[in-house]
Amino acid sequence: MMAARPYLVPLPYRVVGRTEETPDTAEIVLEPVASALPSFGPGQFAMVYAFGVGDIPLSLSGIDGHRLTHTVRAVGAVSRALYNLRPGGTAGVRGPLGIGWDLLAEAGRDLLVVAGGLGLAPLRPLVRDALAAPQRFGRLNILIGARTPGDLVCARDIDDWRKAGARIQVTVDRPDDTWQGDVGVVTALLDRADFDPGNATAFVCGPEVMIRATARELAHRGLDTDRIRISLERTMHCGTGHCGHCQLGPLLLCLDGPVVTWTRGEPLLAVREL
Amino acid sequence: MTAGGHGFLSALPPGPRDQLLGFAHDVSFPVGRRIFDEGGAADRFWIIRSGRIALDVQEPGRGETVVETLGEGELLGWSWLFDPYRWHLGARTRSAVEAYEFDAQQVREEIDEDPVFGLAITRCVAAVAIGRRLRAARTRLLDLYGPPGGRAVAAGGEAP
Repeated sequence: MMAARPYLVPLPYRVVGRTEETPDTAEIVLEPVASALPSFGPGQFAMVYAFGVGDIPLSLSGIDGHRLTHTVRAVGAVSRALYNLRPGGTAGVRGPLGIGWDLLAEAGRDLLVVAGGLGLAPLRPLVRDALAAPQRFGRLNILIGARTPGDLVCARDIDDWRKAGARIQVTVDRPDDTWQGDVGVVTALLDRADFDPGNATAFVCGPEVMIRATARELAHRGLDTDRIRISLERTMHCGTGHCGHCQLGPLLLCLDGPVVTWTRGEPLLAVREL
Repeated sequence: MTAGGHGFLSALPPGPRDQLLGFAHDVSFPVGRRIFDEGGAADRFWIIRSGRIALDVQEPGRGETVVETLGEGELLGWSWLFDPYRWHLGARTRSAVEAYEFDAQQVREEIDEDPVFGLAITRCVAAVAIGRRLRAARTRLLDLYGPPGGRAVAAGGEAP
């Protein structure tokens, strides 16, 4: 999907919903105060401005017309300010930016969604689109890795997705006393996923180490590296390809990404400090 | 086809795989069954056909702390292959389990008598069981999903 023309001036959006996902992560729902930005696609991102603090790139964890949902983890000044927004508060939004997941190109193929930590949030719109048109795709496998059961984001979606036909596996690094699911890395779940490696497309999002390990395993199992789509993260800043903060070798991830194929990403991620 | 063909048996060449399966017998375990304890004699091992098993460590005051789970196609136990043949972890079923069970002494004797078989088994245990679990353990040491305080760039590209 080609990036839409990016907007240079943030438009005001009002917080109309907020849900605490984990002790440091919240989902905020935004609606335009007046004019709306063009429609976002799954995997694209916005520059979200906390007034008086600064802006950061945030993927969309929900897209409902002009209503945008972001999942924000409070890790720095801007994300903490956004995390602390409550209904009625406002933020500035620029976008849509970047190239997202191209689900429409995968008709007839098995879909493999692999998410680590907060990486499930940007994949949620893609999962919803896939489940909305189940006849268009093959089997849908969703593999999720989290630090602890309490750190699992989108937890209330997972039961719904399972009921809608997705084959879902969840693993955690550190179980608590109540956890009866899997314990270990997310790549270990691939053995039990139900897909045809010759006719499947993978969508992978999470920490870069997890992305590399997952993409290598998938390639080892026979997936075409052009069918392994990964979402990369560098320090997106302008969102328009001018500042160069998000450069990864020949790519400017705010324009050429964040979603790229493993064919394109593998050689770049193999270069230290790139 | 599923990608589940990447289990322990599928990683063995056909000859040694058939040779190993000649020692197998089918077993079933109900959910919650203790299979072995840390420090016990590693006199058997299993290849899981269905179900899930948790590997654990006994911690004072906490009981069994699960460190990893194993599922279909995976090898349960490699301590049987190396001296002193004692389990380093405990194991308990998390669901009903169907498995192939092997007598460790019989397989070790076959390894000693047939170097081709022995090399295939040793390579497979090293690559599929030990190597993969070592990589997984090292990855988990990084605490990838944890608080980003120690890393230069956090979620959203924002410095913490």
